[in-house]
Amino acid sequence: MESLKGKAWIFPDDVNTDVIFPGRYMSVTDAEETPKYLFETVYPDFRTKAKAGDIIVAGKYFGCGSSREQAATAIRYFGIGCVVAESFARIFYRNAINLGLPIAVVPGIGEHVSEGDELEVDLAGGKLTNHTTGKELAFEPLPRFILDLINQGGLIPATRKKLGIE
Amino acid sequence: MGLTLAEKILAKKSGKDQVNAGEIVQARVDVAMSHENGRMVKLSFAKIGVGKVWDPDKIMIIFDHRVPAESERTAIGQKELREFVKAQGIENFYDINVGVCHQILAEEGFSRPGILLVGTDSHTTTAGALGAFATGIGATEMAAVWATGELWLRVPDTLKIVVNGMLPKGVYAKDIILSVIGTIGADGADYRAMEFSGSAISALSIASRMVISNLSMEAGAKTAFVIPDAVTENYVKDIAKGPYEMIVPDADATYLSEHTFDVSDLEPQLACPHQVDNVKPITEVAGAKINQAVIGSCTNGRLEDLAEAARILKGKKVNPEVRLLVVPASWSIYAQALKQGIMETLIDAGAVIVNAGCGPCLGAHQGCLAPGEVAVTSTNRNFQGRMGSAEAFLYLASPATVAASAIEGKLADPRKYLEA
Ligand code: SF4
Repeated sequence: MESLKGKAWIFPDDVNTDVIFPGRYMSVTDAEETPKYLFETVYPDFRTKAKAGDIIVAGKYFGCGSSREQAATAIRYFGIGCVVAESFARIFYRNAINLGLPIAVVPGIGEHVSEGDELEVDLAGGKLTNHTTGKELAFEPLPRFILDLINQGGLIPATRKKLGIE
Repeated sequence: MGLTLAEKILAKKSGKDQVNAGEIVQARVDVAMSHENGRMVKLSFAKIGVGKVWDPDKIMIIFDHRVPAESERTAIGQKELREFVKAQGIENFYDINVGVCHQILAEEGFSRPGILLVGTDSHTTTAGALGAFATGIGATEMAAVWATGELWLRVPDTLKIVVNGMLPKGVYAKDIILSVIGTIGADGADYRAMEFSGSAISALSIASRMVISNLSMEAGAKTAFVIPDAVTENYVKDIAKGPYEMIVPDADATYLSEHTFDVSDLEPQLACPHQVDNVKPITEVAGAKINQAVIGSCTNGRLEDLAEAARILKGKKVNPEVRLLVVPASWSIYAQALKQGIMETLIDAGAVIVNAGCGPCLGAHQGCLAPGEVAVTSTNRNFQGRMGSAEAFLYLASPATVAASAIEGKLADPRKYLEA
């Protein structure tokens, strides 16, 4: 996978899935429609200001709460290039990987990135570069198995391949 | 070196002699549960393009989140799923008149010791109360499970939680788990398994053990076991839908950490707005005015919960400024509560009984709150916006604390209603 480059959007600790994708839209199940409600309640401006390829930078425990997949789907289909966080809640983390949404766990990220910084993330190499400040941060790359899943575009293409469906 | 319960079950399910925390395994699934969000699974399943599900008997689908359908959109989703289960020959289908998924998984014998149970709902951890490795997964991975019967799992580290002592009057499993979460934090068990043991846990009914495993998800747990014992086996032996195995952890298993609690002096606990780990004893928060009180959900909507609430409300009236909503976790609980006169007591006190299901818990269609309103609820999440307005305030507590608060119109200590 090539490096992911984009502008940083900063989020705090404990951003839960109700904040990412409000429960009242849970009956919205078409992936393409989900970005319409992304962060609607708490960060209503995000959708108009952020662009495809931008990078979400969050504190610890991003995506906690309900298992609704729309939280990861909405971010992925909005076109966010990568979500970088101090840590992720488990189900969000799995959903992101299974949807082919690049994610990275980078301890200490909050101290080294400000809103709007130009970032570059090398998932396989475990390196995050902040081009605005020149700072480089190393992180532990995801296991091979998981990188492969993301590279294949997520679990659906990977399962098709496994079952020999072309 | 000994193995934890999570390691033992995942080794078995991935066909290995031994697996250790941190490894990624491909594991075979015994039960795959979805509710209305099965519609999303169905869409992803169609994208895989395999046609037939791997094993219709291992798939369970239930409608509970928005029952009866609150909108045309939900109605369409439910209709499509009804057609899907027919076409696929999925017989374990439960329509709008059965109850909340996690309760029905237990009542119908799906939840059982030693199995791998996955569900497209975060509180799938509830089945850990019966010794299952039970975890919530997303719709896309459920689609892959429907297609192949397996999924990848990272073998989790385990927190060993030992709870000793005798619960005082007016203090329940809900108070135990709230105090545990208050101590370890809302991400204290993120991506980890929890194993509960100790004299206070062994003494709990299955219904109360389910409260522990259900709420553990709010500490981030991937799965939360109550180590299966005779009480467990007694519950499952006649109703089990399929084989089970009384797997327990090795005595010398390796844990990430161990935490010991004693509940002998525990007070009723509340999770205060807006974080589930913002836990305080009732004596610190009593007196705060409330507008709504909710007893129910997959956390605390079982017979013992309704009975305890009725005990407190008997002969009393719900404060005129409070709406008390009661939501049985299943129709069978509803029916038993009717037969035992529990419902009559609650209705006489002024409670509104809602049909079994998720109801007000997720703020989708019943019992939504207005901005500025305050609710005390026996459910499991107090996030902003969970029960309607993002400017409402939610306190989580035991059904007894909710009942006492409903009488007084403000957060109240249930213990004074249980004396004599
Ligand atoms: S009752 Fe609430 S927590 Fe339980 S499954 Fe329903 S929405 Fe989820």
